[in-house]
Amino acid sequence: MQIVSYIIYLLASVLFIFGIKKLGSPKTARQGNMLSSIGMFLAVVITLFDHMIITYEWIIVGLIVGALIGSTMALKVQMTGMPQMVGLLNGFGGGASALVALGEYFKVDTPAFEINIIITVVLSVLIGAVTFTGSMIAFGKLQGIVTGKVVKYPLQNPINVLLFLVTLVAGVFLVIDQTHSELLIGIVAVALVLGVLLVLPIGGADMPVAISLLNSYSGIAASMTGFVINNNMLIIAGALVGASGIILTLIMCRGMNRSLMNVVLGGWESAGSSDPAAGDGTQKAHKSIDSEELAMLFDAASNCIIVPGYGMAVAQAQHAIRDLANILESKGIKVRFAIHPVAGRMPGHMNVLLAEAQVSYDKLFALEDINDDFPNTDIVLVVGANDVVNPAARHDKSSPIFGMPILNVDYAKTVIVNKRSMNVGYAGIDNELFYLDNTLMYFGDAKGAVTKLVNELKEL
Amino acid sequence: MDLLALIMQIYVFVLAIFVGFELITKVPPTLHTPLMSGSNAISGITIVGALIVAGEGLNMLSTVLGLLALIFATINVVGGYLVTDRMLKMFKKK
Repeated sequence: MQIVSYIIYLLASVLFIFGIKKLGSPKTARQGNMLSSIGMFLAVVITLFDHMIITYEWIIVGLIVGALIGSTMALKVQMTGMPQMVGLLNGFGGGASALVALGEYFKVDTPAFEINIIITVVLSVLIGAVTFTGSMIAFGKLQGIVTGKVVKYPLQNPINVLLFLVTLVAGVFLVIDQTHSELLIGIVAVALVLGVLLVLPIGGADMPVAISLLNSYSGIAASMTGFVINNNMLIIAGALVGASGIILTLIMCRGMNRSLMNVVLGGWESAGSSDPAAGDGTQKAHKSIDSEELAMLFDAASNCIIVPGYGMAVAQAQHAIRDLANILESKGIKVRFAIHPVAGRMPGHMNVLLAEAQVSYDKLFALEDINDDFPNTDIVLVVGANDVVNPAARHDKSSPIFGMPILNVDYAKTVIVNKRSMNVGYAGIDNELFYLDNTLMYFGDAKGAVTKLVNELKEL
Repeated sequence: MDLLALIMQIYVFVLAIFVGFELITKVPPTLHTPLMSGSNAISGITIVGALIVAGEGLNMLSTVLGLLALIFATINVVGGYLVTDRMLKMFKKK
């Protein structure tokens, strides 16, 4: 029987790998996710036959409760709430790994584990607990329960380093004398606090990095649990997720030209300052346009690029934007979307929202694929994006966002910026794009403003 | 302690990380959100450990910990796969 379960575990591992491989193309992605879930199902079923399991009552309770909560969450969540959802799920995964390791430790009265087991128990508990509370804070920030601002507290780094060292020292002592269960409980407590302290300083717009990193942690925690219960499938699956999270983290950091350290330690230097556009004191002038004029402008164009940002998600404007794209196309205007890697609150956030609004995915372009096309573009419409289109990133060495790859929207013939007001973006700096000669501000809530534009276009 | 067994496990861990890197770098940015929620569901594989701890019935404390772990892991797995499927269903080319 043991052999059979090992073979099934191997099969499940292969299904996970194939599943992720098929996620590489929108055509096969759904099938890939299906394969991966079949792997998971097989792994669960064969485990139920494990000779170590003698009672099923709690298992049935756990599976039913978990499945009810999980499926309700998955079916109820709105697409704009996806970053929170993933954050929450990360937390449950990490928490589960920590709990499994704790359960393994407490199942005997006098623990006498082999050294590799006890070490991985400590690691699993540590990483899992940090992932749990860290993800809950990330969830809170994205949901608006916890402030999305950069939170700085005194001695931020020394405290975190100290807490981390405390868990390591406690871990070493536990390995030396395994009977001191209070040490393990102490590690749990400190790790839970550490998770809160690590994510609290990270600002709202840096959440793509935080979520990716926590995703990676939840994988590594699962991998460590694999070492604890001596199961290669857990090691493989956890390592795959760990690698995936790290890669996404690095892509997000590169998208902002910032080091991981800089993001984790809490935002741009000026971020979260309450004194927007303090600037040089000179009052710069911007031009604005109303929906009627804008409709005529679009009517005369032959191509346009739409640049969505987090503002589109906040206003739930993706459907209105789809209507705009459709009516423009019906007038023979070529419409494409340019998506900055860190637009939104998680990797790929804009793509999911536009997919929800049934925008064909071959119209969505990544920064490197579309940036050269802006000079040949009649109209660029920026909806709820700010820092990622600020030309200062290209030339102003004193700007905090200098060096960040941006969408070169200012090279287009006309740039329309839809915003609610002239307020600054996340980096807390003024955007010189708004004052350029070829830029027109189109004020209003993204959904209302775009809908108005669509109605004007219909009347032309 | 079975050092050899541990080293074999580390082999598996390291090689799997390389496989992960190779696979993930090929995923286009458009699919990054479903990739994240889909891989997140895979990290719920810890459910296997939770099942064993919850079902061994050795003592009250570890059973409770196991039950809690099982609930968390099941939410992670079921929620993760369902929400990923919901998203992927929407990705269409006209």
